[in-house]
Amino acid sequence: MPQIGSFTLLLALALAAYSLVAGALALYRKDDRLTETARRAGIACWAAVTVASVALVMAAFGNDFSVAYIMHHSNRDLPLAYKFAALWSGQEGSLLLWAWLLSTYGLVMRLRYKVDPQLTAYASAIVAAVQVFFLLLVNFAAHPFGLVKGMIPPDGNGLNPLLQYPEMVIHPPMLYLGYVGVTAPFAFALGALMMKYPGEKWIHITRRWTMVAWLFLTVGIFLGAHWAYEVLGWGGYWGWDPVENASLLPWLTMTAFLHSVIMQEKRGMMKMWNMWLIFTTFLLAIFGTFLTRSGVVSSVHAFAQSGIGIWFVWFIAIAFATCVYVFVRNRDTLRSEHRLDSLVSRESSFLFNNLVLLVSCFAVLWGTLFPVLSEWVTGSKVTVGPPFFNRVNVPIGLFLVFLTGVGPLLAWRQTSIDSLRRNFLVPTVLAVVAAIALIVGGMRPWQDSAYFYSLMAIALSVFVTGTIAGEFWRGGRVIARQQNVSIFSGMVQITRRNTRRYGGYLVHMGVVLVVIGFAGLPFNIDKEQELGFGDKMQIGHYTLVCQSYTQDDKPNYSSEWAVLDVYKNGKKLDTMFPERRFYKASEQTSTIVANRSRLNEDLYLVYTGRNPDTGKPIIKAHVNPLVAWIWIGIHLLLIGTIIALLPSTKPAKYAISAKDREAVAAVKGGAVGVGSD
Amino acid sequence: MTELTNLKLETRNPKLRLAQLALIAVMAIGFMGADIDARFTKLGHQMMCMCGCNQVLLECNHVGCAYSDRMRNELTAGLEKGDNDSLILQSFVQKYGNTVLSAPTSSGFNVVAWIMPFAVFAVATALAVWLVRLWKARPVLHPVATPNLAAEELDALRKKAREETEF
Repeated sequence: MPQIGSFTLLLALALAAYSLVAGALALYRKDDRLTETARRAGIACWAAVTVASVALVMAAFGNDFSVAYIMHHSNRDLPLAYKFAALWSGQEGSLLLWAWLLSTYGLVMRLRYKVDPQLTAYASAIVAAVQVFFLLLVNFAAHPFGLVKGMIPPDGNGLNPLLQYPEMVIHPPMLYLGYVGVTAPFAFALGALMMKYPGEKWIHITRRWTMVAWLFLTVGIFLGAHWAYEVLGWGGYWGWDPVENASLLPWLTMTAFLHSVIMQEKRGMMKMWNMWLIFTTFLLAIFGTFLTRSGVVSSVHAFAQSGIGIWFVWFIAIAFATCVYVFVRNRDTLRSEHRLDSLVSRESSFLFNNLVLLVSCFAVLWGTLFPVLSEWVTGSKVTVGPPFFNRVNVPIGLFLVFLTGVGPLLAWRQTSIDSLRRNFLVPTVLAVVAAIALIVGGMRPWQDSAYFYSLMAIALSVFVTGTIAGEFWRGGRVIARQQNVSIFSGMVQITRRNTRRYGGYLVHMGVVLVVIGFAGLPFNIDKEQELGFGDKMQIGHYTLVCQSYTQDDKPNYSSEWAVLDVYKNGKKLDTMFPERRFYKASEQTSTIVANRSRLNEDLYLVYTGRNPDTGKPIIKAHVNPLVAWIWIGIHLLLIGTIIALLPSTKPAKYAISAKDREAVAAVKGGAVGVGSD
Repeated sequence: MTELTNLKLETRNPKLRLAQLALIAVMAIGFMGADIDARFTKLGHQMMCMCGCNQVLLECNHVGCAYSDRMRNELTAGLEKGDNDSLILQSFVQKYGNTVLSAPTSSGFNVVAWIMPFAVFAVATALAVWLVRLWKARPVLHPVATPNLAAEELDALRKKAREETEF
């Protein structure tokens, strides 16, 4: 297997290099046959990288510990699914996954070349250039098929226990699909600029690519958050770790791009801005990969420090220089066709939406890199942790939520006062009522800024919900009147007729639910206590009673856990089993959280260990309000994006009777007559 | 309220006075405890665990973490000794270095960390508003006589208008 893998990786590099050189030459010479061979070389490159990836997985399945990567990231007793996940659990394997996913995106692009052969030829050459970089890495800097020196060990070191969780089998591929997916719209955008592509067709072509990449990145980020919540056992889902931030940066710019691109499609505006947004997104995706793998910033998620950072620095520099060069040469083709007419218009709202997203992106990047900057300037390193990011990003995020509600309801060009009143009166009243209700219900926003932000988040969420519900209601009512169907049926139909718009609203609604989930954060409570047989712990309105604690031994790990009955107001609600595992191969421990999740709050129990003196388990309990809404919101966001990706249906046509047809003809005749006059 | 206080102070019933004192003592202990708990939570979130997990001190849950328990005990000791927040944080910085603080301080070069995002936000917003106003202030074109357009041209214009008014 290692020989096959090594050979196919070299072959893939040769094919990608051919696809790049021949593709570029063909575009220069306008040689269609050469273009075709470059395209086919790109397709063959996918086959070669696929064989290499399969070879690595087969080496893991076959316990081939002669391969150093398999020896470091797998062991005999590891379940098959996790052996498969070993493909991306280390530096070398994950870079191979990058290369494979990039080849797969390239494959789809090259198979669908008839959409626009010329533009695809440019994009294909650009993708090939990125492929060459990653294949150089896996061939010469981080080779996944390197062999163990000396005697082959009988068993491997095993997979990091934190990664032995079902979600970890899908979280990294999702995230990588997002990161890598950015390459496709980047390639189309740069290609369009290189060839001075007339019109906005390239925007239509890349829209789906961008949305798919955005969807994967979003799902990847939130799967990571859910994994952190369910596995790491610290009671939270987002720690503003540099690696988490690295995934957020391209997500923010891509979100900005998805909005501002509408301006270009509808009004021929922000062309230069859009070009730079997609360039920046690509560069940030590569920069994020660099952060994760170079050791520039310290992170628990980062791969082992290695010398591949300098490869990324060069690649980012070359990519940036290429973008600047092409932009400077061809920027004349990106002149706006219109200007903004009013501050109160949809164009303005898109502009501010982009501005806020970009400022948020800057704040995250700034905070992530500030320790490096501080060390460089003052010689002393500082920590930039959650308090900084929360204080800076929460107000920016709230402004963005406000724009989420306002933007879609503003008219293009200019919005009248009447229209503002009509669209926003009810949502504003609802938001004010919600804020008052929360204060009456006991929330004290003046006591702490966190409570204030929480109140604002909920009030703004109500406001946005009101505006979105109003849009569905108005649209559904029109259809209901026209076709004599129920309002709900009308809403479904209006969504099917304009999937992009109403799918977008559902995405916004998903974001609102996520924000509601975040709003519960200041009200989290936690408590740690040693619990023997029959001992009780009181947290919030829950009483936990320890029924027993025991241990077990499995081939891959040994474990100990507690059995805790949960009571509320004297009534038994549930029995929970927080657990701690000791993985034999890696000799590492991991917690398995017991979480009782409800819409109002989660009861989250962690088995933190045993008191060595008494032998009793120590349980840490958290009550985290509203967390479930985050995961519900993500599902809605996913559904909304899928709907927005679907093509819209045309309005239904109705059978017209002969009598009606005559009447229509008469009216038409009359209209012509009137017009003739 | 004043009347009630006076009434309490003026009471001469020894049992009632004893009960009052006991109540005040219980309340004081309760408030003291609550204050220490609140300060523990607040300060514990202003510091990082130094075990290398990159987590806030009170959120580090590494099994067998050699640092977090020790640091929490030091924090509790500082609070029980009656040290103020700044003194406690200072003692941690002296012992563990600047990186123990979970966010940059607002002094020296660190203040740049706090100012920069908001400065960028303010400048970008001002720039956007200025641009919109500038574009808006451009002279309005006077209407010209309606051109005699062919049906195809009218269709194209209608299509464009439709596109521009749809989401």
